[in-house]
Formats: sequence, structure tokens, C-alpha cells
Amino acid sequence: MLLHTVNKSFERNSLDACLRLAKAGSTVLLIEDGVYAAVQGTCLEGKLKQAMDTGINLCVLAPDLLARGFATDKVIAGINAVDYAGFVQLAADHSSVQSWL
Amino acid sequence: MSEEMMDDEEGVIKKFMYVNRKAPYGSIYALESLEVVLIGAAFDQDVSLAFIDDGVYQLMKGQRTSGIGMKDFSPTYRALEMYDVEKLYVDQDSLAARNLTADDLIVPVEVLSSAEMADLMEDQDVVLSF
Amino acid sequence: MKFGIQINEGPYQHQASDTAYQFTKAALENGHKVYRVFFYHDAVNNATRLAVPPQDDRNITKNWQALAKEYNLDMVVCIAAAQRRGLLDENEAKRQGKDASNIAEGFRISGLGQLIEAGIQSDRLVVFGD
Repeated sequence: MLLHTVNKSFERNSLDACLRLAKAGSTVLLIEDGVYAAVQGTCLEGKLKQAMDTGINLCVLAPDLLARGFATDKVIAGINAVDYAGFVQLAADHSSVQSWL
Repeated sequence: MSEEMMDDEEGVIKKFMYVNRKAPYGSIYALESLEVVLIGAAFDQDVSLAFIDDGVYQLMKGQRTSGIGMKDFSPTYRALEMYDVEKLYVDQDSLAARNLTADDLIVPVEVLSSAEMADLMEDQDVVLSF
Repeated sequence: MKFGIQINEGPYQHQASDTAYQFTKAALENGHKVYRVFFYHDAVNNATRLAVPPQDDRNITKNWQALAKEYNLDMVVCIAAAQRRGLLDENEAKRQGKDASNIAEGFRISGLGQLIEAGIQSDRLVVFGD
């Protein structure tokens, strides 16, 4: 299964496009400005929960989250926080990586 | 170093997909992505191009760039066939959202539903995004 | 596992080069191999030796150089993208009749084929951009 990376939360509908085309069993990793989407209570929360319900694994890059002023306890339940080594491991564990640029 | 590896893996054909999500002229991604496709064609890999979101605008018919002082590179998409790059896939939802159909595009393409595009992407070995 | 890295954005303007660097560093530190880092689009500016970022900021070019030295990393700058943006090595400066070159040590300028080759030779190609 694919690892998708998304580096925008509200801009350029990258997240929407990714979630529409990501298959159940694949993983979506939120990085850079994509990490805002992982924070509880935004207008994107419903979308992410729905994605998880359909079997998409969601992860967020913790160093990017912390840099932007959000602790990992502010993340929507079910989204896994990873560090760069975790990012590398996710890339290794999936068949290929698609960056939603 | 690479010579030895080349010998090891000679004849390996991977599935390469170029994902285009950006419109032309506003930024250079579309043009430089096309440059990779042309060079990459020499490597005899299994190549697909996907056009999603604003990427579908790359294929618009009737681009006239003289007024903005930039080169119209859209004819190059028609030349891809000569490079044996023949798998051009366009996302149906992206076309519809932009009030476009395949008839508006400069080359014949295969229009895919979300599910078909998702399957195609999942099937790739290398996904190059620009 | 063997990774290939493609970077599409210039340093400082976007986070892509930083993320790519952190990813590459983490991969190498965790026992993986990195077949090649390929600098495309504005990312060619990662390789200028003339940038002088403020002392209290990170120096992305130096970070790459240090990583390359420690792990014998192959860092390739796309020649077509580099020529457009005024990044030259000594040979290219001579060939184009320019009075200076500006590529930093540890980077080399080569063709787009090196990106395709990285896609073929690596187990995973990871693209960083905006």
C-alpha cells in the first residue's frame, strides 16, 4: 500500500485530493503545513475521522507539529505522531510514496 | 559503483507515474515535469502521466502564450506518443469541477473515476510529483 | 533499504529542503542507504556556495555537505534546472562563457537521467516539494 504525504492543511485542496484518492489500508502522513489538519476541533476534523473510518491510517510528523505551537496531545484521537525516523520507517513499510505537492 | 548495480538490475522495468497537479505558466512545475518525462522516455520504463486538480489545465487546447512572453509548450504533449509515452490519465472529478471534458484537451486521454485513479496510483513503483 | 530523494524547492523559501534533509539524515542514521539526492527546480539553489544565511539560522548547504561527507552521499543538481537559474560548475561556466562558477563542494551537476536512474535503483523514491 502507498504512503501519501500531504504538506498543506487548508491550501490548494491537497488534503481533499489525497483523501479522495487514498485507498483503505494506505497511510497518509501529514507533514509541514499539513500538520494543522491533525489538530482537534478544526473544520477538517470530520474529514479526517471519516478517512480513518474508511480504513486509512493517519499519521502526523511531530517535529512539524511542535514547531507550529501544538503539542501532540492536541491531535485528533487515532492519528499517530511520528518523528523523522518514523517517517523513514513508514516509507520503508509501504510499497511506494506519493507526495501530494 | 552504479555500473555494478546497473548490471545487477539490467532489464528491470518499473512503473513510473508522473503526477501533475499544477497549472502551466503560473509556475514552472508543468514545464519542468514534462522535461523529466522526455528524458525519462529513454529509459524504457513503464510510464504513466496523471493529471489531477489544476494539472488538467496543462492539457488545454488553444493555449496562446504570445501575450505573456512565455513559450507555449502544450504541443509537446502531442509529441509524447513519439517517445512511446502513451498512458495519459485524467481525473474525472478534476475535469468536472473545472467545467471541462476530454474534448477540451489537446491530446487523447483516458478519463478515470476516483476509484480507478486510486487503483492506478496504488499500482506504481515510483511516483514523481512536481 | 535504499532510498532516492528528489527535492523540488529552493532552500529557505519553503520547508521542503529542510524536511528532505531531516528525512535523509534519519534514514542514514537508522542504517538505511540513500542512493542519491536529486535537486530539481529551485532546489538547485541548495548547491550554491555563495549563500550567506544569518549566523543564527541553519546553513542548509553546509548541512548537506556535512551529511555527504559523513555518509558519502551522492548529491546531484539537475543541469537544465541549474542553467536556467544561474548555478554553474567550473566546466559549465567555461563552456557557457561565464566569468564565475558557484557550485559548492560535494554537489555535482548532471542530467535528468540521474533522477530516473535513482527511481530505478532505489527501493523507494521520496519527493519533497511544495
